[in-house]
Amino acid sequence: MTLLTFDGSWYGLLCCIFDVYDYKLGAVYVSADTHNQTDAFGSERIVYTDPEHAARVSKGLAGKLSAKAMGDLYACFLSELPEAPSLIVRYARAVFSNGLTENAFGNADLLKVTQIAKMVSRERHRMKAFIRFQLTSDNIFFAEIEPDFNVIPLIAGHFKGRYADQEWIIYDKRRKYGIYYDLQKVEEVQFTFSEGKINSNVFAESEALYQNMWKDYFKHVSIDSRKNTALHLRHVPKRYWKHLIEKQVY
Amino acid sequence: MSERVREKLRILADAAKYDVSCASSGSTRKNKNKGLGDTGSGICHTYTADGRCVSLLKILLTNFCIYDCAYCVTRKSNDIERTAFTVKEVVDLTINFYRRNYIEGLFLSSGIFKNADYTMERLVRVAKELRQQHKFNGYIHLKTIPGASDELMKEAGLYADRLSVNIEIPTESGLKLLAPDKDRQDMIRPMNYLKNEIIQNKEERKLFKKSPLFVPAGQSSQMIIGATRETDKDIMYTADSMYRNFSLKRVYYSGYVPISNDSRLPMLNTAVPMVRENRLYQADWLMRFYGFNVRELLNPATPHLDLDIDPKLGWALRNLDKFPIDINKADLQLILRVPGIGVPSAQKIVSARIYQRLNWDHLKKLGVALNRARFFITCSSREFERRNLSANQIKQYILSTSASKYLKSQPAQLELFT
Ligand code: SF4
Repeated sequence: MTLLTFDGSWYGLLCCIFDVYDYKLGAVYVSADTHNQTDAFGSERIVYTDPEHAARVSKGLAGKLSAKAMGDLYACFLSELPEAPSLIVRYARAVFSNGLTENAFGNADLLKVTQIAKMVSRERHRMKAFIRFQLTSDNIFFAEIEPDFNVIPLIAGHFKGRYADQEWIIYDKRRKYGIYYDLQKVEEVQFTFSEGKINSNVFAESEALYQNMWKDYFKHVSIDSRKNTALHLRHVPKRYWKHLIEKQVY
Repeated sequence: MSERVREKLRILADAAKYDVSCASSGSTRKNKNKGLGDTGSGICHTYTADGRCVSLLKILLTNFCIYDCAYCVTRKSNDIERTAFTVKEVVDLTINFYRRNYIEGLFLSSGIFKNADYTMERLVRVAKELRQQHKFNGYIHLKTIPGASDELMKEAGLYADRLSVNIEIPTESGLKLLAPDKDRQDMIRPMNYLKNEIIQNKEERKLFKKSPLFVPAGQSSQMIIGATRETDKDIMYTADSMYRNFSLKRVYYSGYVPISNDSRLPMLNTAVPMVRENRLYQADWLMRFYGFNVRELLNPATPHLDLDIDPKLGWALRNLDKFPIDINKADLQLILRVPGIGVPSAQKIVSARIYQRLNWDHLKKLGVALNRARFFITCSSREFERRNLSANQIKQYILSTSASKYLKSQPAQLELFT
């Protein structure tokens, strides 16, 4: 088995598929991690990311798969699960070489890709719902998130369409990058915070009031005689509470 | 915005929470004008402690009211704090909550101050300012005021995604008893008016693509359940006639939450009829998606839905002579009537059986709840229920194998069957 090491990007992964054919490789294990135990593998290759190669693979796959299946592959990649890159490469090879069709759920790799994509998609939906912006004194709406999967690429379009007339930033604290919308386009941004919580005076004066009103509202729409904590927790799992304004104390 | 507005929000959110509708779908408004927001995602941004979806900012414009409907916290004779938002305050709150991704839009309703038109005019103004001055494309649901003029209804329809006219009490006599000043005709008339306007607008939009949208998510209504002694039959016949006569998108059933010790009403410590409410939603579902006629579910011999079992099983047990049906031959319409088979499974059965004759194993994989369905079907297998069981025996068998789902101690966890 050959160990393929790539740069961790989607294009890089597509280039792994390209190289598998270009160098007529046998079974491969694909990883972005450079600290793999190389002696566990017969050989090792570093894959260089060539946008042209990536585009050719992407076009080839798009010719054989529906938009939905392409989306599943991408979502699976964004899961960042260690086995995801190898799964995707095996799936693509089966499509190109064995004529695998996307509804053949008997194929274990295909089934796994679909299942992972579903998990990522659920996270994407939750982020659309649970992101909470806070207005900074520079008039930028700022949101911090810590999603299980790297879903920012999947939600950028939704937020760009919806909040077209306000500047905003969505920052993934776990992955240390974010996106910034400047009223024209969405760009990737990275910035360093000093440790600890963000200083409260970076926020607009009115921010605290709206947050308090939202908390009030949340408290007052519940009907006590119908309380059902189990159901509540199923819809809003505890790990998301940290960034939900309505779940913070005043 | 100030602490005073905060106080108003507390009071006016509290008074609005009994309206259960919180849907924000059924309409698609794109953000084409580089304005604020879009409609169509139907996102639940959070859930209340009782597990209900929070999608909209649901508030009253005011809780001043000239009426004295016994079932309502806002009634004139109730000794509560009264307040009113200004149009601008509601607009500001909506915009600011929306920009922070708290909500999908606004659900605005109101107590009636001065008269119907005076109140309705203000509701319309909120919607108009949001759409025109703030280029707001989020969801707007206005609860219309019974007795408001057609002109105002028409204007409301131009800005709102959905309008609702609540019928409140399922029977006319119940309404007379609890809200003597209200006239049911004032609720029926606007529904009829809106239905006609919606039809006309659809025709216009076929001819002129540019004609303005008119209530794209349609109209809905709500009934309070258990405030009077109405039967389930009364409730569902009223719902059925509203669906048929006014093409409503949804009817909501809201279990009465005791708020008063008025002798005409259930006492203060009475439990909210949540299981009953759930059964009504199931019956509603059966009418709209399973091809059941309301008379099959409820009639003079069966004026109430069974609380222990869902209404579809109830119907099947009363009609054992129609079973068992052969899963490999029966029409889709009949398969839909089998307890334990939902719409998706029924459709899968009909497409899968073209390729092979289906057995129990197949059915299980297609999502059929065999513990219920097995009493009512045969399939490609020698095994099937041969005993001549009575309706009551079948019910006991089913209840014993699915006890937890029907336990009354956890009523709110009941969900619509699939
Ligand atoms: S008119 Fe409406 S707000 Fe006023 S008391 Fe009756 S139900 Fe309540």
